[in-house]
Amino acid sequence: MLEVGNLACSRGDHRLFSGLSFSLHAGQIMQVQGANGSGKTSLLRTLCGFITPDEGGISWNGKPVGELGEDYYAELLYIGHLNAIKDELNALENLQMSAGLAGYTVTEQQAVAALKRMGLQRREHLPVRVLSQGQRRRVALARLLISDAHLWILDEPLTALDVGAVGLMQELIGEHLSKDGMVIFTTHQPLQVAGVQTRELVLS
Amino acid sequence: MAINWFKYSAPTTFYGLAGKLIPYFAWAAAILFVIGLYIGFFVAPTDAVQSEAYRIMFIHVPASILSMFIYLVMAGYAALGLIFKTRLSAMMAQALAPTGALFAFISLWTGALWGKPMWGAWWVWDARLTSELILLFLYLGFIALQASIEDSRRADKAGALLAIVGSVNVPIIYFSVKWWNTLHQGSTIKFSGTSMHIAMQQAMLAMLIACWLYAIAVTLARVRSIILEREANTTWVNELPEMKVQS
Amino acid sequence: MNKLSLFGLLSLVIRRDLLLAMRRRADVLTTLVFFVMVVSLFPLGVGPEPEMLRKMASGVVWVAALLASMLSLPRMFSADYLDGTLEQMLLAPQSLTALVLGKIVAHWMLSGLPLVLIAPVLGLQFDMSAQALGMLVLALLLGTPILSMIGAVGAALTLGLRGGGVLVSLLVLPLCIPVLIFGAGAVEAVTSGMSAVSNLSLLAAFMLFALVFTPFVAAQALRISME
Repeated sequence: MLEVGNLACSRGDHRLFSGLSFSLHAGQIMQVQGANGSGKTSLLRTLCGFITPDEGGISWNGKPVGELGEDYYAELLYIGHLNAIKDELNALENLQMSAGLAGYTVTEQQAVAALKRMGLQRREHLPVRVLSQGQRRRVALARLLISDAHLWILDEPLTALDVGAVGLMQELIGEHLSKDGMVIFTTHQPLQVAGVQTRELVLS
Repeated sequence: MAINWFKYSAPTTFYGLAGKLIPYFAWAAAILFVIGLYIGFFVAPTDAVQSEAYRIMFIHVPASILSMFIYLVMAGYAALGLIFKTRLSAMMAQALAPTGALFAFISLWTGALWGKPMWGAWWVWDARLTSELILLFLYLGFIALQASIEDSRRADKAGALLAIVGSVNVPIIYFSVKWWNTLHQGSTIKFSGTSMHIAMQQAMLAMLIACWLYAIAVTLARVRSIILEREANTTWVNELPEMKVQS
Repeated sequence: MNKLSLFGLLSLVIRRDLLLAMRRRADVLTTLVFFVMVVSLFPLGVGPEPEMLRKMASGVVWVAALLASMLSLPRMFSADYLDGTLEQMLLAPQSLTALVLGKIVAHWMLSGLPLVLIAPVLGLQFDMSAQALGMLVLALLLGTPILSMIGAVGAALTLGLRGGGVLVSLLVLPLCIPVLIFGAGAVEAVTSGMSAVSNLSLLAAFMLFALVFTPFVAAQALRISME
């Protein structure tokens, strides 16, 4: 369970939000909403521990994430605006490297299967440089399939994706939630997971 | 009863406190400067070997001592700021750096002026002068790093880390430069007499304390302007009488 | 799913950085060419007298190595920072310190080791004796890793800053002075017929000291810079 209590965050002199509290339980999904510049990305980055909040705290299963440190990171999967993929490597290598940095190894079959599910069949061995923006996003999102993290933090996951891929994302999130996973995300596109109530957090 | 030190670490209270203290430090520094310079230039006797040239020592030595001491104080404040997350400590570190750099520069300048009559050259690769030069580089690096980071929180932390790394490295640098100097049989400043004349000691002490007080006064003044700059949007700053006069 | 050991992570990061460098060889080569050029410029500036060249050889090679390694420092983390990989590294459930150590080792293999290997050739340009050449290689082998380690701290602190490339040199060069002194001193000791043991052991001690602290400090610096 993720609990956020009385969180306040500012960039420079500008206070983005304060007094923010919520908790997220297993199987729940929450969408962070707000206008451009309202602090959606900053909130997600604060949850990842990149930004130290001005006030308030974040705890995971009752323990402050600052104390948990790397144990918390093992439960967390973050996909930000940037794809975190290397142009010089092919899709398969990228996925295997990402897995390695996240602390586990995947076999080639697992990685190929994940890329296939993301619609990147027969493109595993192409350098990512030659792929389209949407395809690169798919390579980044393939990490969701090989990870066993409980908490997904997704910043604009649908950017550059086509209709088919958006449908696939809804499917993936649905599966994750049914396995007691949790998702926090931002998006400007509609994302509706069948049979699950999406909670909303509005930043103003 | 324990004093609540954290009360004074809040910029709001410290701003007023510093404002009250600055005149005392500044006046004391000025008076001691006059006394020190008077004794140093008119009372202290002429040195047997170095004749009148040695008198530059009354500026050179305090400046050198202060430049090294301020670096350590700065690193100390930086560490405090990093560990206890007190904003004021980081501001103190930032405010100390230019004064430290200034003293390092004065030390080099006067060292060169001293070197000309002593060794016949403006610059000699003496171990202490070389270390002082490197110290000036360290100060400049710290100032440049803080100046190029716009976000003040990141600037504080990055500067603090650099100051700590630098202060750990300073003894190693000093040792290596000394080692290098002995290998190359360079010249070192050695004082001729076995004991300094009492007037020389008095002048030196007065100048040292004067530099010290000057450093405190200037740093406090600089901290005050850093506080104003950083807290410009807060209500307490806008309610200050000096702010109302301007607007 | 298999968990990756700490050593596994270390070797993964090294393999990854080497692989990336192999697919973009130009970066490695520019550093090396810069090193060769700087060293070769000195005789043109001071004249070709073998006596003088022999005397200044070790210092010239060391200063050039210092400058060349500064040249490659800004690249240490910036590519990973720009494409978002660094965010993922900060979230690695193992130690970030180990990961940074991996990046340091890879950086040294790509920018330090080539300098060590080519240094004897450059030494010949300066008419150095075989003994002195051997000592030069040994000293560089001990000293260049320190440049990568201290450099990592500077590179992490200046991440994403305007003019970061020049700034990192300004921060790192003064801290590297002991390496220069002990490294060049070792070669000089050999040429003047003395023992270089004390120089080498001081250099080794400095390297171990840096090895213990700099990966951790650089990791903290990365966290600061990512905020």
